[in-house]
Amino acid sequence: MASMLLNTMRAGSVSPSWAVRLGARSLSTTAQLHAQVQTKSKKTLSRPGVKNIVLVEGVRTPFLLSGTTGLLQRTGLSKDAVDYIIYGTVIQEVKTSNVAREASLGAGFSDKIPSHTVTMACISSNVAMTSAVGLIAAGQCDSVVAGGVEFMSDVPIRHSRKMRKTMLSLNKAKTLGQRLSLIGSIRMAHLSPELPAVAEFSTAESMGHSADRLAAAFGVSRVEQDEFALRSHTLAKSAQDAGLLKDVISFKVPGRDIVSKDNGIRPSSMEQMGRLKAAFIKPHGTVTAANSSFLTDGASAVLVMSEEKALAMGYKPKAYLRDFVYVSQDPKDQLLLGPTYGTPKVLERAGLAMSDIDVFEFHEAFAGQIMANLKAMDSDWFGQTYLGRKSKVGAPPMEKFNLWGGSLSLGHPFGATGCRLVTTVAHRLQKEGGQYGLVAACAAGGQGHAMVIEAYPQ
Amino acid sequence: MAGVRALGVLSRFTSRRYALYSARTHVNYEVKGDVAVVRINDPNSKVNTLSVQMQKEMAEVMDEVWANNAVQSAVLISSKPGCFIAGADINMIQGCNNAEEVTTLSKEGQKMFERIEKSPKPIVAAINGSCLGGGLEVGLPNAFDMMLTGRNIRADKAKKMGLVHQLVDPLGPGLKSPEERTMDYLEEVAIEYARGIVSKKIPIHKVKGSMESKLLLNYVMSFGLVRNQIYNTVQSKVMKQSKGLYPAPLKIIECVKAGVEQGPVAGYLAESQNFGQLAKTSESAALIGLYQGQVACKKNRFGTPQREVKTLAILGAGLMGAGIAQVTVDKGVHTVLKDTTVSGLARGEQQVYKGLNDKTKKKNITSFQRDSILSNLTGQLDYSNFAKADMVIEAVFEDINIKHAVLKEVEAVVSPHCIFATNTSALPIKDIAAASKRPDKVIGMHYFSPVDKMQLLEIITTDKTSKDTTASAVAVGLKQGKVIIVVRDGPGFYTTRCLAPMLAEAVRVLQEGVDPKKLDALTTSFGFPVGAATLADEVGIDVAAHVAEDLGKAFGSRFGGGNVEVLKTMVDLGFKGRKSGKGCYIYQPGLKTKEVNPDIVDIGQSSDQDSPCYRLVSRFVNEAVLCLQEGILINPLEGDIGAVFGLGFPPCLGGPFRFVDSFGADKLVEKMRQYEAVYGNQFTPCQLLLDHAKDSTKRFHM
Repeated sequence: MASMLLNTMRAGSVSPSWAVRLGARSLSTTAQLHAQVQTKSKKTLSRPGVKNIVLVEGVRTPFLLSGTTGLLQRTGLSKDAVDYIIYGTVIQEVKTSNVAREASLGAGFSDKIPSHTVTMACISSNVAMTSAVGLIAAGQCDSVVAGGVEFMSDVPIRHSRKMRKTMLSLNKAKTLGQRLSLIGSIRMAHLSPELPAVAEFSTAESMGHSADRLAAAFGVSRVEQDEFALRSHTLAKSAQDAGLLKDVISFKVPGRDIVSKDNGIRPSSMEQMGRLKAAFIKPHGTVTAANSSFLTDGASAVLVMSEEKALAMGYKPKAYLRDFVYVSQDPKDQLLLGPTYGTPKVLERAGLAMSDIDVFEFHEAFAGQIMANLKAMDSDWFGQTYLGRKSKVGAPPMEKFNLWGGSLSLGHPFGATGCRLVTTVAHRLQKEGGQYGLVAACAAGGQGHAMVIEAYPQ
Repeated sequence: MAGVRALGVLSRFTSRRYALYSARTHVNYEVKGDVAVVRINDPNSKVNTLSVQMQKEMAEVMDEVWANNAVQSAVLISSKPGCFIAGADINMIQGCNNAEEVTTLSKEGQKMFERIEKSPKPIVAAINGSCLGGGLEVGLPNAFDMMLTGRNIRADKAKKMGLVHQLVDPLGPGLKSPEERTMDYLEEVAIEYARGIVSKKIPIHKVKGSMESKLLLNYVMSFGLVRNQIYNTVQSKVMKQSKGLYPAPLKIIECVKAGVEQGPVAGYLAESQNFGQLAKTSESAALIGLYQGQVACKKNRFGTPQREVKTLAILGAGLMGAGIAQVTVDKGVHTVLKDTTVSGLARGEQQVYKGLNDKTKKKNITSFQRDSILSNLTGQLDYSNFAKADMVIEAVFEDINIKHAVLKEVEAVVSPHCIFATNTSALPIKDIAAASKRPDKVIGMHYFSPVDKMQLLEIITTDKTSKDTTASAVAVGLKQGKVIIVVRDGPGFYTTRCLAPMLAEAVRVLQEGVDPKKLDALTTSFGFPVGAATLADEVGIDVAAHVAEDLGKAFGSRFGGGNVEVLKTMVDLGFKGRKSGKGCYIYQPGLKTKEVNPDIVDIGQSSDQDSPCYRLVSRFVNEAVLCLQEGILINPLEGDIGAVFGLGFPPCLGGPFRFVDSFGADKLVEKMRQYEAVYGNQFTPCQLLLDHAKDSTKRFHM
């Protein structure tokens, strides 16, 4: 992760001459900046009295199925241009409960830069980014590094509650006799460890199980799910081959080779996928290993700045981060419907229609979940009954949807996916020449997030 | 036979009438590909029951399904979300005039099940919701245990027991409502399952456990000696639990025995004949009466209250107060529990927590649900949240002065619409309401201890209580899951008034030298679930003394019997019953067995050993009939329900009123006259009872 922080800085750094030119431009007033943006075909979302906040750069390590443990290696570079560092993570290592601080120190950032860690399940790094936006908008900071990190291959595994209790009592035991009797009380059952599960605390239902029920509720067939998963892998493969996944930086895994590609992209065939058995609801379920996102290690980071500061420092911003919303609903039956609830809400805030959006990047937790969300957004009944609308939201057109693959094919390191979505939107807007992008994601706890991103004038 | 023929005519009539639209009303089917989806739907009821009509249509449908060559398999599903088949139609059984008719009905039912069982094409039963009694027979052969006690089993447990083969999770909202979509989904999965069986992808019978143990079991069961041992064990267990008062469990053993020893034909025959006999026993009539009464007492005949009670405040966190909180807080009602001391409040809150935690341990709710439910409970020492309360239930000490004091305190802080309910077992509500500025909002809500286990709630209205107040109290009680009787105000209302003379008689019996264990044994073998001595301990000797004194003042010598001074002496000695650890028995925490309190034996002198049960019961029954005579009770049905659910009157007798009907009022009066000669006016039969004794056509229940 540390190396990535550095890459963020490096990617943003420009030649001195650029800096002078851009620095000069930064002297110009905000009004002029607005005028410049408005020359584009669509209106800008910039509002008077609201700071323009930009995405300067976004990077990530390749999302790996396993093997990376050394993301926190030290580098000697010290930076003090950043005011604050925020990182999102989901499964916390007890020793590094504020992983953002440890990472920034490990990366050699000035120890004067405060950093904190946020968590909101799969949208943790989204929270990191929007917290950064909040700090900048409030005038507290000008430049913030936000990111996410996850080590799925090294999750903390706890002793059973009985064993923990015994061990804690052992600490307090005063005499040898007490200790021995405590040790003597340890049974085989004490030794079985507690594995962390991707299960809801409130309902004790695993996410895959919930996704399967959600798919069934919306009548999403197994074939539809497999087709969508195949689409994700195919699109990811062609994006990778075409060199579009520019946010990926090479990363040296200690003791192994340098990794510079996502290693989970595996376009297969419908026949192969059709052979898999249901993974959660057996035997009649439809969610399988092939049409679910896979959990990986991975880290991502973005540099967020106020527009003035970015220009003053000589950066060429990639995009404006505009309106965003968080939503939450029933964690049992609507666990993964966050995008359905968030999308209309954020569009309304931004004063945009579905048709205004050029680029959609939705988090693909499960193919069944994406299909269920698309069906929910396309249903008048659902819109009227559950969203309190007069009619349906309308589903995003597939020709604008997750064109460079998604979590199903690239992998899903819980805390790091949000930054990947935002960076991908920025890159796709640049590549495809669109103006508005929409990020939407669901998260455990029945929560969801959506954000509107506007292209920075090129 | 006439009954069946009459029903048959009726059904023929209806089928002819409906022939224009659709031939069948209860069972229909639709062929989806190679699977026939058979839908069960009783158009006249919320639940499906095994009625004559349904059995007939089912037979027709099955014949058509089997005759249809395009159909490879069938799915049996109900069109009602939440109910597959709730069991046999009780009205149908009641409609029969004699045992032979019921036997015929039972045989028809057996035939239907046999047809399903022997179906040449695989049938998948897709069950959503209740599947009880006969409905379950569609599934696998039942386990021994289940047949005897008729427990309700959760779906996941049914899977473990091997009753069902596959579970389908209920769905949330999608493109349709959750209920609708879940039914569709269940049908889809069942159709696939049926196809799987036909294509042999799914084996029909999964053998649970290792083959070896199955074989071993079969081998052991092949010895008659072993089988006999099993029958005897089960029989003695049943006798111990039922005291031989309920004939059905013994008959079930008989049927199983016949089936195992002499083959299925004999088993089925024994089953239908025994069923016919049982259906026409007085126990059956009593239990059916109770079932119907319970259904009636689960309805609010006072209409919908103007305001829903969203916040309920409870005064006093004692056993009662906390118990009321416990049954309220898990129904989504914000519950405020107030006590005067921190320790009292802590004890009460712990009781609520323990109740919920026990449910968590039994896996009825998750620990998360427990915590989320508890977040609805506010414990406090002052009146700070009472302004928001829609209803206040006080459960403070039974003293009119204390009740008046809290009533005034509460009225000073609550909003004008707030209802004041008082939980008292004997103080007349009008006396308590005398201190109120708005007696129309005052009502009595008499809960029974332990509140979370006892189903009854006795609601007491005064002349001034408004109809809306009553409606609201009934609505709250129903939400709490109670069976409710609404009675008029008077000393001891209905339940306490019936119990008091019986307990007075019990004390007299103890004084006569019968030891508590003996008294308990006598009363439980009469059908009381709790013996009279234990009951006195559970109620509390101090409460009993209190009530005996109060009601003695109100009703005079009729409430005499055991010397009230005896009770008072016991209270003075600290023998207050279970709560103080000593009463008729000695109670030790953690110990399930209890010893007779040695000091109590001294109170009585030895006397005759004649069964005192009828002495106890006749006083109880006479007082109940008097309550009806005086208009405290609105009808005999509520009287029966109150006595059985609140006081443990023997369920096999169906309640005091049904007991008079079945035992004979004249016989009861005769017995009472004998007792009257010995003991005095406590046994003088009331006028209504005398009327019934004179005219044998007069009955409380038709």
